[in-house]
Amino acid sequence: MSLMNVFGVSHSALTAQSERLNLIAENLANAEVQSGEPETAYKGQYPLFRSVLQAQQGDGTGMGVKLEGTVEDTRAARSSYEPGNPLADDEGFVYMSNVNSVQEMANMMQATRSYQTNVEMMNTAKQLLMRTLTLGQ
Amino acid sequence: MNWIDNVLNGHTTALKMQSGRAEVLAGNVANSDTPGFKARDIDFKTEFERRLSGSTSGLNITNSKHLGMDTSMNSQILYRVPQSFKENGNTVEGEAEQAAFTKNAIQYQASIQFLSSKIRGMKLALKGE
Repeated sequence: MSLMNVFGVSHSALTAQSERLNLIAENLANAEVQSGEPETAYKGQYPLFRSVLQAQQGDGTGMGVKLEGTVEDTRAARSSYEPGNPLADDEGFVYMSNVNSVQEMANMMQATRSYQTNVEMMNTAKQLLMRTLTLGQ
Repeated sequence: MNWIDNVLNGHTTALKMQSGRAEVLAGNVANSDTPGFKARDIDFKTEFERRLSGSTSGLNITNSKHLGMDTSMNSQILYRVPQSFKENGNTVEGEAEQAAFTKNAIQYQASIQFLSSKIRGMKLALKGE
């Protein structure tokens, strides 16, 4: 019954999206962390998704999704002139992460919506299976 | 094929195809953020007619030494032509996929309804009450 495989496919998407949400939370939490050098400042992390064939049973054709890894944001760290800061370098600059919080928030909304859609799919598949179980009654 | 198969054949075929299609569409939605993923679907009408006629898709056996490939139970999966292109090469359009999934679910329920009625009819005929 390939409807069963919908659960596997949607489940893979739920896992991937929640991992993505984890990364976003990490980015936002570290957005304002200061550092004395641009190299050691926090770099934003982004998920790298890949599709995988998800065949729990029989000849499955459903493509699940997998978080293959993360990529680092390559943009330069934000700098701010704060000569009084104990972390400041010789020129009086401190360096913050390169995370753009507005972009992260938009990203977060997209991940949430994606998660919700996949939960919806699972619910529909469950309803269909329940109907199938009561067939002929 | 016995008479029960004859009575139920069309609907069971439709049911099998719809559950297979649900899986493919769920895969599309799951991969809505995967770079380079191409949205897939099956051509329901063609596939349905092919199954009812009992022919196989793909390879024809023209020599007795050819190895047969049983493709009669697998739907041919095609790639969807997107309305717009994204720069990461992904062709999934979330709303369209969700609409297709919901429509497919309703068609599945309709098939179940038809099957249920047929089974009820047969039960009634067998009991003769």
